[in-house]
Amino acid sequence: MRSDRIVIVGAGPAGMRAALVLAGAGLNPVVLDEAPASGGQIYRRQPRGFTRAYDKLYGFEAGRARALHAAFDADNRIDHRSGTLVWNIEGRRLQTLHDGRPETVEFDRLLLATGAMDRVIPFPGWTRPGVYTLGGAQVALKHQACAIGRRVVFFGASPLLPLVASQYAAAGAEVAAVLDTTPLRAKLAAMPGLLAGGKTGWKGLVYLARLAARRIPYRHGITPVAALGSESVEGFAYTDASGRRHEIECDAIAFGYGLKSEWQLADLAGCGFEFDAGNYQWQVVADEAGRSTVPGVYLAGDGTRIGGAELAEIAGERAARAILTDLGDTGQGAALAACARRIGGQARLRRAIERAFPFPAPLARAIPDDCILCRCEAVTAGEFRASIDRLAPHDVNRAKAFSRVGMGRCQGRICGPAAAEILAAARGVEVKEAGRLRSQPPVKPVPVAAFADAAEDAA
Amino acid sequence: MTGHLDLDAAIIGGGTAGCAAALHLATRGLRVALFERRTVGSQASGVNFGGVREHGRDFAELPLSRRARRIWDRLPELIGSDGEFMATGHLKLARSDEQMASLEDFARGAADYGLAVELITGNRLRADFPWLGPRVVGASLCRSDGQANPRIVAPGFARAARQAGAQIFEHEAVEGALRDEGGFRLETERGRRVSARTLINVAGAWGAKVAAWFGESVPIEPQSPSMQVTEPLPYRLPVNIGVAGGDVYARQIPRGNVIFGGGRGWNDFGAITSRAGGGNVTQAMGRLTDILPWTRHVHVIRTWSGIEGYTPDEIPVIGPSDTTPGLIHAFGFSGHGFQLGPAVGEVLAELVFSGGSETPLAPFAIGRFTGAAAPVGAQGDGRDPIAAMQQGETR
Repeated sequence: MRSDRIVIVGAGPAGMRAALVLAGAGLNPVVLDEAPASGGQIYRRQPRGFTRAYDKLYGFEAGRARALHAAFDADNRIDHRSGTLVWNIEGRRLQTLHDGRPETVEFDRLLLATGAMDRVIPFPGWTRPGVYTLGGAQVALKHQACAIGRRVVFFGASPLLPLVASQYAAAGAEVAAVLDTTPLRAKLAAMPGLLAGGKTGWKGLVYLARLAARRIPYRHGITPVAALGSESVEGFAYTDASGRRHEIECDAIAFGYGLKSEWQLADLAGCGFEFDAGNYQWQVVADEAGRSTVPGVYLAGDGTRIGGAELAEIAGERAARAILTDLGDTGQGAALAACARRIGGQARLRRAIERAFPFPAPLARAIPDDCILCRCEAVTAGEFRASIDRLAPHDVNRAKAFSRVGMGRCQGRICGPAAAEILAAARGVEVKEAGRLRSQPPVKPVPVAAFADAAEDAA
Repeated sequence: MTGHLDLDAAIIGGGTAGCAAALHLATRGLRVALFERRTVGSQASGVNFGGVREHGRDFAELPLSRRARRIWDRLPELIGSDGEFMATGHLKLARSDEQMASLEDFARGAADYGLAVELITGNRLRADFPWLGPRVVGASLCRSDGQANPRIVAPGFARAARQAGAQIFEHEAVEGALRDEGGFRLETERGRRVSARTLINVAGAWGAKVAAWFGESVPIEPQSPSMQVTEPLPYRLPVNIGVAGGDVYARQIPRGNVIFGGGRGWNDFGAITSRAGGGNVTQAMGRLTDILPWTRHVHVIRTWSGIEGYTPDEIPVIGPSDTTPGLIHAFGFSGHGFQLGPAVGEVLAELVFSGGSETPLAPFAIGRFTGAAAPVGAQGDGRDPIAAMQQGETR
């Protein structure tokens, strides 16, 4: 039984912690991850030769990052295969590209710790060079110490908004403004829950204080109008809470509306899904220990429920202990209960964060007709609405077939949430009634050459 | 209970043929309803490669295919959309002398049907199609062929049919049907009861199941062609590409993506899900770079499939039932029904009105499979909806 092949996809906090727990129990998990080094997005490491200190890279999370990196690197029972894209699941086999070469990895038990990506709403000018997501702006800084511009506007509704803005300010970039689409009263209403939730809420206040100390304006209740400029970004236009239009000069913009789970592999594995009203998105169904609806497939971290690094690490431990339990280890009960307590203890905070940075669905529903909605296929919101009027699709998959929105290289990971809102608005229904875009392999583009070469080698 | 419908014609299956039949019958004033278990054009009609070709067909299909080709030019007046049809031509490649001989055979035979096919070899092949790989030794070109967007064609016919007065019921499978003195009686999954003078079975991969309700046994195999699409590239493939042997095919749409296919994928017929298959996906990539070497450094961004019914001789069943007056079949298009669909709709309407068609249908007779017809109600999904209806049960 202990010879079960256990494969973890994702080497962020959830996958790393799960691997450590399994290795600690004497198993040899395989960890597949796209990045050149472990850490995931939150604990992403610098390229070789870069020497910035942990506290510069990870701020308040430096201690946790250092501990996890050190433990993971030291454990030779873990078979960590970096540079590995898992692009399909068929039965109990993963199809991967490892350093650009096709490999099949078989498993008996699979833990998906695939993380999350930025959730965006297209706005006029968003495809102009110089517009980034908040997470993308942070990765540029964390990974290679690059800023996306000299004078940057940050906007949206996301815990990343004050965080990334203050990181940019600390790194020496000029932060032109921080513009929050959430009305001030909603933010204040969420404040008691944020501050009662332990350190996390207070950290947010620290970021705001740091911005204030540098006299960086932080505005609430704004509505984005456009990224201005000809060839690249030269400014940002928005309306304030009272409806007055403002323009700010800048050479880069970072925006985002929280995170969305990366669940494409869970979808290909056949896992069940549900619409989570709090996170306001489709999420993979998991039981109290991280088991999916497919036997042998487990879930942990932001790929399952958006909760951040600390929760992801606990969920990784929990899923690993569920795997051990399912392998016949009867001694995991107390540890599983402890994980459940720690996760449950953060429930109020999570709800408060969801209230403090709500997804502004009305913005998505009001995307102007001439604005590009699907950038992969270059389809405007107006063209999408016209295809809905003409052929009356009932869900986003049908709307995709009629309009090409979501058919391109990202398969709707970028434009999907906004497209669902537009369809729901046209049909006069709640967004969950518009359904969920089905994933198709490959979950990320794969080069034809890799397979043509492999076929030649085999011949 | 969703109520009772009294119809002249009931249609089972919302592919292009069914939607086109609904359009023509409704236009001529019949009370017609179409029942589709999912959404119109969601399987073979909607997720296929998008080839609109007469080139390389079984000669038995050519009269029907010739008729279809004329309709493709008239799609805008028929359904208010051109279905993104472009007469780009279809180029069929030979990678060996034997394959070239088979292309020559087809070109000679096609001439009898008035279909012009040019044979191209040697220097002209390289001059006219400089983007072909070195293994290609020759080709045949059918200039009148082309390509279209399958995702919008069946829905376009459905929309036109609705405007002409047909009722189209999606997400409503027909659970059983029988014929008595009064005509056909159907019951749907929503409990709707339908009576109709004529019943049209255009249920694709499910067509054999419907035929079995009337004691006609057709060996249909549900298969799922493996389809792929690349990221957009500069537009340079102005013609739809196939190969002798059929193991790979490709076309490029003006926005730049190369759509290609080859091999069979995977399906779960019961759950109605399908996917392009792993081994076949990578093999088709190798074959693509063989004929079009410039696709080598391209990324595949998506794969997909659908469920289609294949007959043993890979030509469809089209025509009246041998057991049941008023029942008409058209299914089992075996992976090449997209081009034919609009003509099949016309033929079905002719059969309803006159009992015959101007297009020769003899090769498609169901009788070629039904030497030993099974008894009514013996086939199907285990339960016996016909017996249940005869006993007046409600679900």
